[in-house]
Amino acid sequence: MNVSPLGLAASSLPCTMPAQRCRVSSGQLLSACRLAWERGGALVALWASDERDLGRGFAVRVLLRDGDGLTLLEHTLPDEGARYPDLSPIFPAANRMQRSAFDLVGAVCDAEDQRPWTWQAAWPIDRFPLRRDFEVSPAWAPGQEDYPFVRVAGDGVHEIAVGPVHAGTIEPGHFRFQVVGEKVLRLEERLGYAHKGIEKRFESLSLVDGYRLAGRISGDSTVAYACAYAQAVESIAACAAPPRAAWLRALCLERERIASHLGDLGYVGNDGGFAFGLSQFSRLREDVLRLNDRAFGHRLLMDVVVPGGIARDLCAEDAALMREQCASLEREIAVLRDIYDEHAGLQDRFRGCGQVTRELAMKLGLTGLAARASGLPDDLRCDFARTPYDALGVRRVTHTDGDVAARVSVRFDETFESLRLVRAMLAAMPDGDIATELPQTPASRLAIGCAEGWRGPIFIALESGHDGSIRRCHPHDPSWQNWPVIEHAVIGNIVPDFPLINKSFNLSYSGHDL
Amino acid sequence: MLHILHQIAKTGIKSETAPTADEDMVVVARLQKTILRTLGRALTIRHIDAGSCNGCELEIQALTNPYYNLEGIGIRFVASPRHADMLLVTGPVSKHMAIALQRTYDATPEPKLVVAVGDCGCTGGIFGQSYASLGGVASVIPVDVAIPGCPPAPRALLQGILAAISAYAPPVAPAVDRAPVEPTLRPSDGPDAP
Ligand code: SF4
Repeated sequence: MNVSPLGLAASSLPCTMPAQRCRVSSGQLLSACRLAWERGGALVALWASDERDLGRGFAVRVLLRDGDGLTLLEHTLPDEGARYPDLSPIFPAANRMQRSAFDLVGAVCDAEDQRPWTWQAAWPIDRFPLRRDFEVSPAWAPGQEDYPFVRVAGDGVHEIAVGPVHAGTIEPGHFRFQVVGEKVLRLEERLGYAHKGIEKRFESLSLVDGYRLAGRISGDSTVAYACAYAQAVESIAACAAPPRAAWLRALCLERERIASHLGDLGYVGNDGGFAFGLSQFSRLREDVLRLNDRAFGHRLLMDVVVPGGIARDLCAEDAALMREQCASLEREIAVLRDIYDEHAGLQDRFRGCGQVTRELAMKLGLTGLAARASGLPDDLRCDFARTPYDALGVRRVTHTDGDVAARVSVRFDETFESLRLVRAMLAAMPDGDIATELPQTPASRLAIGCAEGWRGPIFIALESGHDGSIRRCHPHDPSWQNWPVIEHAVIGNIVPDFPLINKSFNLSYSGHDL
Repeated sequence: MLHILHQIAKTGIKSETAPTADEDMVVVARLQKTILRTLGRALTIRHIDAGSCNGCELEIQALTNPYYNLEGIGIRFVASPRHADMLLVTGPVSKHMAIALQRTYDATPEPKLVVAVGDCGCTGGIFGQSYASLGGVASVIPVDVAIPGCPPAPRALLQGILAAISAYAPPVAPAVDRAPVEPTLRPSDGPDAP
């Protein structure tokens, strides 16, 4: 984004995609966000940091994205009383991020909605865990908040409360439905149950060791997180992973996408009343996980991507097995796709269900796979292609309908494309080292790492401390943007379709709650 | 329809025989017998995510794929703790989930077996104890068996479930203060035999 019309000076920000940073006043923060919005830009993340020890009060950082790359706006609140402007009128997705930034750091936003978001009475409301002088008291027992849900009144309107413990094997969250008969008038989400203090935990780790925690922010996207984290460390250290490592990382990332899409295709079929789909796709997924285990020593590929490179090389024998697996998966998935497409009952459940129009997706900042299903084409692998994607070329997958059927279709197409990419990688993989020694990392350097995970773009903002420590790490999951969109997607649908709609997005609780 | 039948026929039966990772490990027939002897019916399990990273959930979900054939052994996941013999609990217990976990435990009828899943369920794992995390499952509810691993592979999960059901003595006297039993497990399960 060109910030010079705003009278701003930008400096470069270490990142594997084009990125810049600029200091802004509160007025400039607002006008920069407005300008970004007018030019089709989107909010990536908003977080706060305690920088009182550096004599700077509290920092509020807003990361924006457009066709030119990333722009980080940095605003300083000199003291606790200062406020920064509410960005949610421009970017609705800012709402929860602002509330969370208050809960964790105590940076006050000038917004009407001052309800807590991450806080759920586990610590006193006037203490802020991400402040540097925060101390835990053993006297703080888990409490229960009285969250002011919005209620709909009227004839025949009733409320259904679901969670945080759900009927299936899924993560914890709470959903409040206001319904008439079976029809959903309103849904309100309450998340934060899986908050386990990940950002604070990072601050007790070294930059080099943080990758294990990064790979456990959302286990289903462990490769994407580890890639983003490793790149952030490498950007801070001003080094790069060797070419072979970059190719192997991408190979793992695509295998993670394949495994995840296979799982989701099965579950979406199951939630559509077609158990056959689940047993078929879960079998294929298991095949992928077993080969992951054989080739890289972990079924989900945890701890395979490390700062500086990759932990384990791929041997020729396993590469051959992968090639075979690509071929057999392509065949099997093609058959299953025909079955899904021709199954009238399934298509009846999928079509028109949980629809998000392109307009709504734009307005709410929908991102990743779900956005591509609503006609927004963003994909970091295409927009800012790096090794090896620049050499291979990624075919962008989009759909226009924005319903469950579209999200299913995007998953099918992306799975085929990932299989093609894996094959191409295996064919052209360069030889050489798989890791490089990390040089000493300088202190007080901020870098951004990013990766297009299967769910969407994942970002890690990482700041180094002294002696290779982590000063601050803010991971950002696309679920932040997409959870609020589900509240809209279900309106007018029937309650029994909620699990299907929810699964078609398959968002992360842990990655969002941190 | 023909398509579907053809695919089913072509897929064949994928279910494998029981986990046989260790010589002394219970095989399927014995597991089935143990479940039958102890409960006289299927073992019902309720999963609770008390704050995991969702990696453990993926492996629990994998148990229901055709390779592991959980239902065939006589194990069923149920939607309510009131229908469950066993709670399968993942994650470090986040403070925000502690009350929900306790309530779910209270709602579960005897035998109320509790299996803590993963390094996080065992000790809090990489997340440890903090202002937001209470650590392992045992810090909130009594645990019968803890299954290490990050995440434990499906066969480790099966072995842990077996260990819990095997250690359970059908109630003559009400079971009180059961000591946790560690299943014999290799730290990480190697690649599966074809
Ligand atoms: S044990 Fe590992 S996979 Fe399971 S919840 Fe903990 S970090 Fe995630």
